[in-house]
Amino acid sequence: MNRPSSSIVGTPMDRVDGLAKVTGQACYAADYRGDRGAAEGYIVEAPAAPGRIVRLDVEAAEQAEGVIAVITHRNAPRQRPHGMPEDAGRFTQSHALLERDRVRYFGEPIALVVAETLEQARHAAKLVEVEIDCGEGTFNPFENAASAVKPDSLDGADQVDTDKGDFDTEYAGSDHRVDADYHTSAQHAAAMEPHTTVAEWDGDDLTVHMAIQIVSSAVEAFSNTLGIDKERIRIVSPFTGGGFGSKLGIHNEAVLAALAAKAVDRPVRVVQTRRNLFSNAPHRSRHRQKLQLGADKKGRLKAIRHASLAAMARDYPFAEAPASPTRASYAVPALRTTHRVVKADIPKVDSMRAPGEAIGTLTFETAIDELAEACGIDPVEFRLRNEPDADPQTGKPFADRRLAECLRQGAADFGWQGRQAPGSRRQGRKLLGCGMATAIRPNQLNPAEAEAHLTPDGRLRVRLDMTDIGTGSYTILTQIAADALSIAPDRVTVELGDSEFPETAGSGGSFGAASSGSAVYEACREMVEQLLSRLNEQGHTVNSVSIDGDRVMTGEASVPLATLIDAGGLTVTGEIDPDNYDSGEKNYSYGAQFAEVEVDADTGEIRLRRLLGVFDAGRILNQKTARSQLMGGMIFGIGGALLEQSLMDDRYGSFMNRDFAEYHIAVNRDVPDLQVRMLAGYSEKSNPLGSKGLGELGICGAGPAIANAVYEATGIRVRKFPIHMEDLLPSLPRS
Amino acid sequence: MKAIKITVNGRTHEAGIDSRRTLLDFIRDTLNLTGTKKGCDHGQCGACTVIVNGRRINSCLSLALSHDGDEVTTVEGLAEGDELHPLQRAFIDHDAFQCGFCTPGQLCSAAALLGEFREGLPSAVSGSHTPFVEEIRERMSGNLCRCGAYNHIVDAIAAVAGEKR
Repeated sequence: MNRPSSSIVGTPMDRVDGLAKVTGQACYAADYRGDRGAAEGYIVEAPAAPGRIVRLDVEAAEQAEGVIAVITHRNAPRQRPHGMPEDAGRFTQSHALLERDRVRYFGEPIALVVAETLEQARHAAKLVEVEIDCGEGTFNPFENAASAVKPDSLDGADQVDTDKGDFDTEYAGSDHRVDADYHTSAQHAAAMEPHTTVAEWDGDDLTVHMAIQIVSSAVEAFSNTLGIDKERIRIVSPFTGGGFGSKLGIHNEAVLAALAAKAVDRPVRVVQTRRNLFSNAPHRSRHRQKLQLGADKKGRLKAIRHASLAAMARDYPFAEAPASPTRASYAVPALRTTHRVVKADIPKVDSMRAPGEAIGTLTFETAIDELAEACGIDPVEFRLRNEPDADPQTGKPFADRRLAECLRQGAADFGWQGRQAPGSRRQGRKLLGCGMATAIRPNQLNPAEAEAHLTPDGRLRVRLDMTDIGTGSYTILTQIAADALSIAPDRVTVELGDSEFPETAGSGGSFGAASSGSAVYEACREMVEQLLSRLNEQGHTVNSVSIDGDRVMTGEASVPLATLIDAGGLTVTGEIDPDNYDSGEKNYSYGAQFAEVEVDADTGEIRLRRLLGVFDAGRILNQKTARSQLMGGMIFGIGGALLEQSLMDDRYGSFMNRDFAEYHIAVNRDVPDLQVRMLAGYSEKSNPLGSKGLGELGICGAGPAIANAVYEATGIRVRKFPIHMEDLLPSLPRS
Repeated sequence: MKAIKITVNGRTHEAGIDSRRTLLDFIRDTLNLTGTKKGCDHGQCGACTVIVNGRRINSCLSLALSHDGDEVTTVEGLAEGDELHPLQRAFIDHDAFQCGFCTPGQLCSAAALLGEFREGLPSAVSGSHTPFVEEIRERMSGNLCRCGAYNHIVDAIAAVAGEKR
C-alpha cells in the first residue's frame, strides 16, 4: 500500500480557525443574526413527572408584554408521534414534544413562551401555571433491579452479552479473586456552549442554525419529527462549542424552535439555559458494575465476569457498554459480560464522551489493580503478563496493538517505581501515591463523502457536512487536502457544517478525523487524477503534480491551471467505503496512563499532582491539535474520577445539581502538569491516512490511574466514583 | 425603558434598554457584538467575562443599567486594528482552545489578569514561594473550559506575562 506523502499532515500547524476564535468572529448558533430578527423562545419545564397535565393556564403569559405566543400541546403544529419510525434509531426517530397532555420526565418542556426579547419571554414563562397528576415513576435503576431487561442493542458493541469459556469453573479454580460492585455516577457532558437552535421557515422550507455534531442525522430527525421531506430542511452549523456526545442528535430546544417558528411565522431562537440542559439535553446513566476476576498463582487471569446495570430512558433506546474494554483488554480463558437496563421515567440517557470505556475502564482497571495486588504483582507487570495475542472475546487477530509499548514507555517516562505499600509515602500533611491503568478505545471508520473544487487561479475549496466541535476538523482537513494535492495550506479553504455539502458521519465516536479525512483525501486524489489526465491529453507525460500559485508544476514543466481548468473551476468528489478497510480484525487505539496524587492526611482532600499518558493512535494528523484532544480527554478523566456527579432526587426523578456551582467539572487549578506522549506510527489497516481515533482515548484509563493512586496514597479502596474526601475521611491512616 | 450610555471597545453607545437586561445581553443582543459568550448566565463559567474600567467581571451577573458611563472592553476590542493582542497570538501559538466557546472570556480574563500582576494585586494563593504558574491557574479558575485546554491557556499566559515582567 502506498503511504500518503506527508509534508504538512503531522506537523503542529496552528488551527486555521484560530484567528476567528480569538477575535470573537467564529459564529456559533446563538450568534447567528438573520435578515428577519428572531423572536426568543423560553422553555417552561414540567415540575413533576411522569404524569398527566390536568391544568395548564397560559393566559397571563400570553398577555404579558412582548409575548408573541405560548406554544403548548394544544396549539403546537402537527408532528409525527415520538419515536416513529421505530426502526429509525435514536438519532433520527421523531423527537416530538408537546404532543399531548402526557409528561414523561421531570423537566420535559410543557410550553415554549415566544416573545420579542429574552427578558420578556423569561418573565412570561414564570406566569404559566400547570398542575400535573403524577403517577408512579421509576427513577433509581438499582432499587428497581428486579425489573431490569436486556436491551435490544448496545451502543458501540456488537453483542449485549458475551460468554466465552466456563466462567464458573475457572473462577472457582482461581488462586486469587476480586469480587466487588463498583458504582459510577450519572454525568452530564456540560459543553460550554448550551444547546442552541435558531429555526426559520420560508414557506415549507426549514433552515436551522444549530449546535450539532452530526448534520445528516439531524436532518432526518427533523424530517421524521415534522413529517416533511429531507430536501426541505437545511442545517447550518459552522462552529459548535463542544459536544462530547450531547450534540450527536437533536435535543429539545431544536424541536421547540422549529415548532414555534412555524406557529408564529418568524425565526425563533431557543437557547437552553444551563439549568435546562440537565433535563433537556442527554446524560450518562449511573451504573452499577459487578466485577468478578480470578487469577492463578503466577498472576495469569483465569476468569472475568463483568455485569453492568444502568437506567435507560423510557422510549429512548440507548444503553451504554461499560464491558466493552473488558472484552478486549486481557488474555483470559473465561470471559462473561452482561448489560442490563431498567427503563426509567428520566431525561434522555445517551452517549457521553467515550461511552463504554470512560466508565468501563474506570471500574475494570480498578478491579485489575485490586487483583494485581492480591497476586502480589506490580500492576504494570501484571498487565504485561496478561497481554493477549488475539482478541480475547472473539479470537480474531488485532489489526495492530501497541499497548505493551505504551505501558513500558509510560513506566519509564513517569519514573514508575512499582507498587509501594499503601499509605506509606508521606510528605508533611500529605499522603502520596501513584497509580496506573491502561487505555483502550475501539477505532472506527464510517462512510463519508467530500467535494473538492479547484479554480484556475489555484485555490482549492473543500466541502463536506463534517463538523468542528473543537476537534480541529478545519485544520486537519486543510492539511490532508494540502498534502494530497501538493498545494500550500493557505490556498485551501475548508467549509463544514452545512447539510447542502456531501454527507459524512460527523463528529463522534472518535471516527470523525479518519472518516472525513479519508473522504477529503480521496476527493483530492481524484482531483490529481483529473489533472494528470488533462496534462497527458496536452502531451505532457507526467505521473505527479503540485500546485504553485495558478500553475501546475510537473517534473518537466510548469503549466497554467487556466489551460487545464475552465473559468468555472473543476469539481470532483471522493468517498471512503469502510468495507474496503474491514479486514475482520479488531481495531483499537491504546494507551497507558500514570498518575500521582496527594491526599491531605487530615481532611482527605485529593489533589492530582501529575498525570502522564502514552498513546498509540496510529499516524498523528496534527501534533498540536492531537495533543490538545488527548489532554482534554485526560482532564475529562479527572472529572470522572474525582468530581463529576449528577445527583437525582429519587423521590421525584429530578436532577438536583443543575449548574456549574454544584456539577463540578475540573477548573484550571484542578489540573496539574500533564504529559502527553504519542507513539510515532502508521496504522496500515485503519484507513488511507494511517490514523486512529484519539478524541476519546485520553479519558480512558485516566480515571482509574488516579483512583489507583488514591488507593496507594491512603490504603483505602473506594469503589464508587467520583471519589470524594468524605469517602476517605472515616478510614484515613492515623499519623 | 431606561436610557444608558456605555462605551464599548472605544465606541460610545446610547440606548434605551429594558432594566432587566444584563450587560451580557446588552453586548450580545443590543449591540450585536456576539464574541462574548453566554455559557451559564449565572456567573459560574466565565464565558461572558469582559473588562469594565480595567477590571474583569462576569457580564451576565451585572445589569447593563449599572454600567452607565462605564468603559467596557470585549474580545472584539482586544486587538488594535489588524494587530492581535499578544494574548490572542499566544492562544493560537499554544493551542489554548479547542471549541473556542470559552475563549473570549478566557482572553478578557487573562488580559485583565496581566493588569493585576502589574498592580501587584494578590490572589488566594499568593505568597513568597508560590510558583508563577500556580498564580495563573488560581486566577484563571473562574473561567471553565470543558475541552480541557487549561495547560495550554496557562502556557500562553505565562509566555505573555513572562515577556512583560
